[in-house]
Amino acid sequence: MRYAAKRAITLLITMVAVSFLAFAAFDIISGDPATAMLGTEATPERVEALRAELGLDRPLLVRYGQWLAGFFTGDLGTSYSYGQPVWDLIAPKVGVTLVLSLMSFVLIAAVSVPLGIWAARWGGGPLSGARTVLGQLCMAVPPFFLGILLTYLFSLVLRWFVHGSFPGFGTDPVGTLRYLFFAALTLAIPRIAMTVRMLGSTIRSELGREYVRTAISRGNDRSGVLRHHVLKNALVPVVTFLAQTMAEIVAGSIVVEQVFAIPGLGRMLVASIADRDYPVVQAIVVILAFWVVLSGTLADLINTRIDPRLRLGGGA
Amino acid sequence: MRHWNGYLRAGTILLAILTAAIVVGCFWTPYDPTAMSVGPAFDPPSLQHLLGTDRFGRDIFSRVLKGAGTTFAIAGATVAVGAVCGTAIGALTGYFGGVVDGVLMRLGDVLTAFPSILLALVIISILGPGNKYNVVIALGLVFIPSFARVTRTAFASLRDVNYVKSAQLMGASSLRILCVHILPNTLQVLLPAVTIGFNNAVLAEASMSFLGIGVTPPDASLGYMLSEAQSMLSAAPWYALGTGAAIVLLVFSVGLVGEGLQRRGGEVA
Amino acid sequence: MKKRPLALVLLASLLCAVLSGCGDSSTGQAPEDRAAANAIVVGIAQDLDDSLDPHKTVKAGTREVMFNVFEGLMKPTPDGDLIPAIASDYQVSEDRLTYTFSLREGVQFHNGETVTAEDVLYSIQRCTASTETGIVPVEAFSSITDLYAPDEQTVVITLDQPNSEFLSYMTTAILPEGYDQQDTAPVGTGPFRFVSRAAQDTIVMEKFDDYWGTPAYLDQVTFKIIENSDSLLLSLQSGAIDLCNHLPTAQAAQLGDDFVIEEGAMSLVQALYLNNAVAPFDDERVRQALCYATDRQQILDLAFDGYGSLVGSSMYPTLSKYFDESLTDWYAYDVDKAKALLAEAGYPDGFSMTITVPSNYPQHVDTAQVLAEQYKAIGVEVEILPVEWNTWIEEVYTGRDFQSTVVGVDASNMTARAMLERFQSQAGDNFINYHSDTYDALFAQAIATADDAEQTALYGQMQRDLTEHAANVYIQAPADLVAVRKGLEGVTFYPLYVLDLSQVRYAA
Repeated sequence: MRYAAKRAITLLITMVAVSFLAFAAFDIISGDPATAMLGTEATPERVEALRAELGLDRPLLVRYGQWLAGFFTGDLGTSYSYGQPVWDLIAPKVGVTLVLSLMSFVLIAAVSVPLGIWAARWGGGPLSGARTVLGQLCMAVPPFFLGILLTYLFSLVLRWFVHGSFPGFGTDPVGTLRYLFFAALTLAIPRIAMTVRMLGSTIRSELGREYVRTAISRGNDRSGVLRHHVLKNALVPVVTFLAQTMAEIVAGSIVVEQVFAIPGLGRMLVASIADRDYPVVQAIVVILAFWVVLSGTLADLINTRIDPRLRLGGGA
Repeated sequence: MRHWNGYLRAGTILLAILTAAIVVGCFWTPYDPTAMSVGPAFDPPSLQHLLGTDRFGRDIFSRVLKGAGTTFAIAGATVAVGAVCGTAIGALTGYFGGVVDGVLMRLGDVLTAFPSILLALVIISILGPGNKYNVVIALGLVFIPSFARVTRTAFASLRDVNYVKSAQLMGASSLRILCVHILPNTLQVLLPAVTIGFNNAVLAEASMSFLGIGVTPPDASLGYMLSEAQSMLSAAPWYALGTGAAIVLLVFSVGLVGEGLQRRGGEVA
Repeated sequence: MKKRPLALVLLASLLCAVLSGCGDSSTGQAPEDRAAANAIVVGIAQDLDDSLDPHKTVKAGTREVMFNVFEGLMKPTPDGDLIPAIASDYQVSEDRLTYTFSLREGVQFHNGETVTAEDVLYSIQRCTASTETGIVPVEAFSSITDLYAPDEQTVVITLDQPNSEFLSYMTTAILPEGYDQQDTAPVGTGPFRFVSRAAQDTIVMEKFDDYWGTPAYLDQVTFKIIENSDSLLLSLQSGAIDLCNHLPTAQAAQLGDDFVIEEGAMSLVQALYLNNAVAPFDDERVRQALCYATDRQQILDLAFDGYGSLVGSSMYPTLSKYFDESLTDWYAYDVDKAKALLAEAGYPDGFSMTITVPSNYPQHVDTAQVLAEQYKAIGVEVEILPVEWNTWIEEVYTGRDFQSTVVGVDASNMTARAMLERFQSQAGDNFINYHSDTYDALFAQAIATADDAEQTALYGQMQRDLTEHAANVYIQAPADLVAVRKGLEGVTFYPLYVLDLSQVRYAA
């Protein structure tokens, strides 16, 4: 329990650091929100007036302090571009991106873990070579191109979904899940290949260890050893790897949402950066980063359940 | 010489062929890659134009040769930035540990938690867009934490082995121990990480091009060309297939080398 | 091995749940469902990430869409004329200083209130003195000396000097006084009323049943925001979108038989805008050399599949009253002449220049690429600098820190003045730093004159001045390609940047 508490505090500190970095980054970036809002109507006087109204003329730390105070009281501020409370704008998108990344994660775990074990068990032979080559090919296609190809196949040829008509959970939950499935698949395919490869090599190296050889030579049956000893030890790096995968899924969703025209956080993030709509950017960065850090923390906690020695620290 | 396995051999041969083509592409291409109207627009593949032409009547094969060079250079430089800085940080934190280790690793966590595309976007905005050097710096910075993590683990585990201990007792400087005694032994984890990093860089640059923050014309990377090509998928499928195949081949061959290196490492260890 | 079957079952059930709904069309995803509901989906590439208050809107894309929601006392027609809208009639006094508008009886706002003279006064005053931050002032209103309502149905406006274009500014939207939600839930008097906006997703409008004029044909219009152009094309092909304007030519060519492509002209002038204040473009001969070295027809052929109409000055052909055809071919493509001019200006071996382009406009980036190739023939090395739109605004448009840029410049209303005013040497938006005393004098004369024919002639001379001094390398008014699903009709083009949906209907 104390370990969990310690992890929670680390998580909190990381989040504060992330939010501050994001805040500070936009102070350096070129293009300021007032100019972005005024567009071709911008004149130096009007930019100054708008900056003052938005409070952008105050020092960085003051603004950050105010944002932080607002954040902890549940106020994410008002969007510069839309003139609406940030939370109202992004609330429907949080669910979309969350479901998309979870769906993709489940796909990866559900497909790659059995496949990886199977690959390690029947390792060697010509099939293994073919499998490796196929895996490498899956990893070699740029994600946006894979998305376009899948859209061609599933939307234009097979007509399994109508690209561009994302229904939203409010109107049609099942249809929304169906729509998201194809985007989740795009995210999952290369990562399934990576996870299978990773799991395969972990199990292989574990199988080569002394204790396994001893166990097998003592007459224990091979799959029994695999199940009881090898998997448990191989699980720790796999859980860590899957947690990292979550970070990659979140980053990948930015591109995939563009390709599949899904109104999620990723698209909103890219658009808000272009608009210099910092209150929105800030909120989305914090949400996405929290999601990533949380999965990392959960992975650590799961790993300490599997292998309590890790709690003593030292290891990566 | 440790023995070569099939993946390593196949990957190296493929990569050697590609590298040769890229080197040739730096000095000679069938047509000037930026010259327009060297053929009719959207000409399908033929003997004059092996991969056809694009909407400006430019020769796609020449552009792919040139673009592959750009992509190769960007990915190579990105990995170099990431690996050198990452290894330096990983070596220091892994070997010495302590407060610096804690702080730097937390900082790494923070950077990793940032959506990488946002990080790249911010860096691009600070440096100015469009320029391939800026893409390299942006991606290189994004890649530092992962290299640092990999090498840190390796350095930390080698800190307490006997030959390092004896070198310490003999009064060798820390720098010498790090570079001469430990670094060569981390290559086994570092090299596969480099190949993976290279591939990630190729794909990340492609994604950045897709989002409009990668390499911009007249420079053309494979990623930029592919994102341009896919909007003409039904009018000129050969454009997307030609550039797509070039990316896949490049990433695939480096991936095979990585696979081979890792397996070799795994079998020796 | 308990995990494997469990995972497989999970996966299978997920797949079933997700794919089972195949073929169920209850969500109106099929074009036929929308036809039955008398609704359409319009694809737009730009979100309305702006204030929806028409007096505060700065983005052309927002104005274009919200045209369906708002009206002024007058409104434009597709032919470029003005007809009374909220006003039913107007008189201009003998001295051309006083305008008297009679309001139409019983015009209603979307919130059910009736338009009164008070609302009109409020709306005009709001745009005169920008008391609220964010209001974009209407320059022409600064010459209003008197504004009052003698009765409930009449508004009188007095100017300090005659302005033959004043009526054009009367298209300024009339808003209900005392309503403070315009930014996010706008209320106007147009044929469609605003229903909802979901950021980066959709804008929904519905037919306004109590519209004073010919009602809209469609019951509902959903604007779907898809910023990525590949994704937009896929949505057209998949059947999610019925209508889409400003389509790039390459993409229009790829649409199948489901669509009809209507061709109009965009109301803007695309040019290589040159910063007249920096070397080497402070030398007229260098600017002229670039004009001669530009093969504009090749630009249209390569980057626009042959679409678009060439222009020779800051005026587009749809403003036919002012457009001067003879300027179009002033600088016929001639590399030798260009080289001679460069040599005369002291650059016999050419020079290096940069073209800054907003990277969110692929057509401008493409044009810059073609220009870069063409200028190699006269020894000019071009470096293309693609920048984000905001950086463009900050550095090029307001900062004027650039050498040259490819963009399209449009007019906010249908007057020659809106196009030409910016090139006076003292104008705040003269981003190319054009300086010609003749031009300034002509402009002063033009706005002072009361005679329409004389004014038109003066505007013609101003255009000629821009061309003769090669203020910019003028290229074209790009074509506006609109993809319309078969069975839909009534797309109209205006000499303004608007998308009028009130005439769009399903063919009987």
